[in-house]
Amino acid sequence: MKYAFWPGCVALGGTPELYTSTKLVLGKLGIEVVELVNASCTGAGVLQEKNQKLGDTLNVRTFAQAEQMGLPIMTICSTCQGVMSQAQHAVSRDSDYLAEINTDLAAEGLEYHGDTVTKHLLWILVEEYGLDKLKEHFVVDLSGLKFAPFYGCYMIRPSDALGFAEVPERETSLEQVIEATGAEVVEFRGSRACCGLPILFINQDNSLKMVATHTGTAKDLGADAMVTPCPLCHLNLDGFQGKAVKKNRSSAVDLPILHLPQMLGLAMGFSAKELGMNKHMVSTGKLQDAVGELAGV
Amino acid sequence: MLAKLRVGRFDPETSSPEPYFQEYELEVEDWFSVLDALIKIREEIDGTLSLRCACRASICGSCGMRVNGRAKLVCKTKLDSVWSPGETLTIEPMGNMPVITDLITDFTSFWDKVRQIDPYMQPTGPEPEAEYLASDESMVHLAGVMNCIMCGCCVSECTVLEVDENFIGPAALAKAYRFVADPRDGKAEERLKDLNEPTGIWDCTRCMQCVEVCPKDVDPMGRIMVMRDLAMEAGVKSTAGSRHTDSFVNSVKRSGRLNETRLTIESIGVMNIPGQLAMAPVGVKALLKGKLPPVRDHKIPSKKAVGEIVKKAEGKN
Repeated sequence: MKYAFWPGCVALGGTPELYTSTKLVLGKLGIEVVELVNASCTGAGVLQEKNQKLGDTLNVRTFAQAEQMGLPIMTICSTCQGVMSQAQHAVSRDSDYLAEINTDLAAEGLEYHGDTVTKHLLWILVEEYGLDKLKEHFVVDLSGLKFAPFYGCYMIRPSDALGFAEVPERETSLEQVIEATGAEVVEFRGSRACCGLPILFINQDNSLKMVATHTGTAKDLGADAMVTPCPLCHLNLDGFQGKAVKKNRSSAVDLPILHLPQMLGLAMGFSAKELGMNKHMVSTGKLQDAVGELAGV
Repeated sequence: MLAKLRVGRFDPETSSPEPYFQEYELEVEDWFSVLDALIKIREEIDGTLSLRCACRASICGSCGMRVNGRAKLVCKTKLDSVWSPGETLTIEPMGNMPVITDLITDFTSFWDKVRQIDPYMQPTGPEPEAEYLASDESMVHLAGVMNCIMCGCCVSECTVLEVDENFIGPAALAKAYRFVADPRDGKAEERLKDLNEPTGIWDCTRCMQCVEVCPKDVDPMGRIMVMRDLAMEAGVKSTAGSRHTDSFVNSVKRSGRLNETRLTIESIGVMNIPGQLAMAPVGVKALLKGKLPPVRDHKIPSKKAVGEIVKKAEGKN
């Protein structure tokens, strides 16, 4: 299996541990990746506020690069995935729109024919790699731990652009992967809600209430950690959890927020340090101890 | 076939009113809508069940309810699209509104917010001799938003309203767009100025819940995004939201990538010292953890090509 790899700006910036843990896990799985070093930011829905077509153009440019390489794209960010799915959805329904965008790409010698498939690592594991094959790489059974899934809006909505009708298992892909590790899924309403990051600098009180509600609810339901395929959610749920909880709750939360590859890496026997868990803002110490016990270390 | 429904109940007239669930079992036909099932319960099993409905054809907007946790018009929802034999279907009142009784919610704040955006045409200039004229091209994009039947489904699922009841919300903001974008209305700039204030267009998190649940494809969030762009274009005074968007676009234009640290500083406002200080502790902690991205740009090799695309889109080529 080989993919054109688009890590996204945040895995290359504010959450470097996502990038390193992804590389470790992919190596173990035998999935080969070629990084799209000339891909641009997807726009994350923010750039699209200013100019939807500009956002679509930048994403189609990335699709065209992968098409030239003859590879499908792998993402590791819900926001990147969602915005790219939306761009693909728009151009696949409107050939005139694609032709217009291709005019803007011509200066760089690029043209997109519409054939690039873009999938988040989470979808690749469930739809292509297979959970049984994934389990063959697990050496630590995480049974006894409880993980709360947190998808990130862009991997859940809008469902038509994400292809949920065609591939229904996408809707529950994170729960499936959590269960594959042996851990128990903590079901809660917030798993498909907004983390609040988009308004962190605009209405911080509201943003932090969202962080406190979701992490607090998951904690109250017994979660040992939250698992997310979205580094933007991680920025808010991990980075601002302390401040959010202090402002909005009387009791502590201290819920570690794991990137999806970190959870996989723990089941594969990588150390917390190798997976960059020491870089989190919320301490992962207790979780590390619990995993250590399960691993018999 | 036999269906099992778990229905949210609430009786305000008991001594200590608490919401609870009641289960009903009933024979259903394969052509049933969820509303058909609820009406059958009310007519044949339990006459005390309260629900609101009228047209049964997704026009009146009365029968919004949560079906398996998500707002839907129950008249438009076929039972077999949300339920299979052997399962239990859960019906609850909509969220983000007080419950009056059982499945009926109080729309007072909903209508207050619609009134807040002055939901009527305000033409300026001399009155024409006959009707106000508008071309087809200038009106066609409003057709979708005029489909809104004020059912409240978007409000029920709005992520921001869950934490802030003062947010104007998706339904009223979609209605605001309907007038902002109408060529016959003369108050677009004043409207945008009002909507630029806290609780307005910039408080939306772009979570797309409203887009997903709207039974009439009104796309409230899409309308909010267009109003953000219109407000920025009209030069309505700078907000954290508009600085955030500008910083984002400029970062991609310069380097092809997002510069998260500059985005933070520029969104808060370079001269907003209290705001910067409030953010500092998290920044310092990130720095100590070795994960604060540098202030300098992370440039991609083909940054120039990306910059040209952005400039062209901005009309500066």
